[in-house]
Amino acid sequence: MTQSATSMTNESRISRRFAELRKSGEMGLVAYITAGDPSLEATEQFVLAMAGAGADVIELGVPFSDPVADGPVIQRASERALRAGTTLAGVLSLVKSLRAKTEVPLVLFSYFNPVLQMGLEKFAEEASVAGADGVLITDVTPDEGAEYRQAMSLHGLDTIFLAAPTSTDERLALIAEASRGFLYLISRTGVTGAKDQLADELPALARRVRRVTSLPIAVGFGISLPGHVSVLGGLADAAVVGSALVEEIERAASVPAAAEALAARVKLLKGAAVAGMSQRELQG
Amino acid sequence: MTTAPQIWPDAKGRFGPYGGRYVPETLVAPLEELEHAYAEARRDPKFQKELDFLLKNFAGRPTPLQFASRLTEHLGGARIYIKREDLLHTGAHKINNCLGQGLLAVRMGKKRIIAETGAGQHGVATATVAARLGLECVVYMGAEDMERQRLNVFRMRLLGAEVVGVNSGTRTLKDAINEAMRDWVTNVRSTHYLLGSVLGAHPYPMMVRDFHRVIGLEARDQILNVEGRLPDLLVACVGGGSNAIGLFHAFLGHAGVKLLGVEAGGRGHALGEHAARMAAAAGYSGARPGVLQGTYSYVLQTPDGQIATTHSVSAGLDYPAIGPEHAWLADKHRAMYTAVSDDAAVAAARTLARLEGIIPALESAHALAELIVRAPKMPRDSVVILNLSGRGDKDMEILARYI
Ligand SMILES: Cc1ncc(COP(=O)(O)O)c(C=O)c1O
Repeated sequence: MTQSATSMTNESRISRRFAELRKSGEMGLVAYITAGDPSLEATEQFVLAMAGAGADVIELGVPFSDPVADGPVIQRASERALRAGTTLAGVLSLVKSLRAKTEVPLVLFSYFNPVLQMGLEKFAEEASVAGADGVLITDVTPDEGAEYRQAMSLHGLDTIFLAAPTSTDERLALIAEASRGFLYLISRTGVTGAKDQLADELPALARRVRRVTSLPIAVGFGISLPGHVSVLGGLADAAVVGSALVEEIERAASVPAAAEALAARVKLLKGAAVAGMSQRELQG
Repeated sequence: MTTAPQIWPDAKGRFGPYGGRYVPETLVAPLEELEHAYAEARRDPKFQKELDFLLKNFAGRPTPLQFASRLTEHLGGARIYIKREDLLHTGAHKINNCLGQGLLAVRMGKKRIIAETGAGQHGVATATVAARLGLECVVYMGAEDMERQRLNVFRMRLLGAEVVGVNSGTRTLKDAINEAMRDWVTNVRSTHYLLGSVLGAHPYPMMVRDFHRVIGLEARDQILNVEGRLPDLLVACVGGGSNAIGLFHAFLGHAGVKLLGVEAGGRGHALGEHAARMAAAAGYSGARPGVLQGTYSYVLQTPDGQIATTHSVSAGLDYPAIGPEHAWLADKHRAMYTAVSDDAAVAAARTLARLEGIIPALESAHALAELIVRAPKMPRDSVVILNLSGRGDKDMEILARYI
């Protein structure tokens, strides 16, 4: 576990935030929304509202024409964002503008092609200068990621990789080794989207991941309710919420109404996260 | 001259810089499982024997290599031979790959098969093989393709497959692949994704090529038998590129045999009007290397990396990326690529129908349209093989508008 040594000394905003959470015994809340849905200006308001409501890390989805890992909710958000003219360059200027207003850790969540077309080096430099803290590329695994990892780490960006229920122990070790900041564990086989219940296999899976890493583990896919977050207490260091938030944006009558709904949802989920080990919300 | 063929891809599924495995983590272990199962099956004489038996007795191999005497006379140049993949069961080359992957799915203990389809030929072939092997089958098809190839939708349903219409994006082949990938990522433990072309993540481009290699192996023997020599030129249409690589591969080591892939030129040169990824020299814009649906290859896209819309009269060629091995063959100048328009393809279909009594699929008609331009300029003692990848029954509603 040489990884733990590096991550402890890593001064990224992400690592610092997880260190604080660990110290106070809180579980973290990672909030995903698609950038540019319905506009980049709106996304800026949404991020500030969620950070104010207690989100520990914000993931900004870069919209892509062919989001194969996403369910219908995020697919529709990507379509709306692209129709509004959102580009990767635009998302990077949003990061810059946000960084002037908040210290919340920001992760860029993208498919590979837009990043590849900008150029790995150029992307890493611009993202870093703008004030992004980490990058997660849905369709790049550590196997294909050598060049990408090198470019990101050169510019001090955390590379976050996904672990899945189908990952073998051998692969989990590879993923842990390549991840910085935190490790993102997918709760079930499937695409993004809220579900009523978390997968039964999740506890065993989380324990398998814990065995190979001391990095913080964030669990995502299918999390929308306080009860889901409570269940993760003791299993994970953070819960990731995406589709449920994107749905709030889709449903809201206006941008201010969406910002309000996002803040309320984040507050509710963060409340469950702070309670950490508590199982009470399950009954409630 | 014969040069030792370099066997691609490498261990990471790379054809030079192209190919690879760009997928969500959930799919990596299943792709590794598939890679190992395929490597074992390939070495297992029992698997090969079973596949050969079905190719012969169920699909109808070998297919004839027919001398097109009236077309040759009409064009007044090269001697033209037609590899009759259209005569296969279900009407296109697609069945070669479906039988191979179907047997592999059974071997891996998968009871459910999913597939994408554009023209519907791959969907029909998959549904056929699933019925023959007793597997559950779901086929994803873009809503636009369901309209323009609806005869194939009926065929799939009659064969017991569930056909799921896809309304996202451009409502064509690309979106059907997205939806099939989403199904696979969800049901990966019970399901085999029977991908229909030399696309997607490793091992698909290699495995699908291997299952179609029989086309070129037969053609090489057949042409040596009748002409006593190798051909000067091979011509095939290129959607993802499976029928083309199937014909080309056995000839790669014969440097004197020129290889020509024909893409869909659609209705114009601007991005969005065509599906020509390798024909920049012919003025078709918008293709650059990039990653789409698991593989790194030439992709039609916008400057900021969004995948472009495409157009072709032929659903099977209407796709923004080309198989990675073709990108590599083009880089090495081992194969050439060009494109022909919708109108030229339709006109070529009519020509073949009237001169040879064969109604080709609109996909295959693209290869023919290019040959119609080239053959007259070739010496009379030169020899060309055209891959007739499928028959045109499915296209009758479109062709009827032009009669
Ligand atoms: C008859 C026929 N030819 C060609 C193609 C294009 O595919 P590929 O380039 O993989 O041969 C299709 C695809 O649907 C087809 O049906």
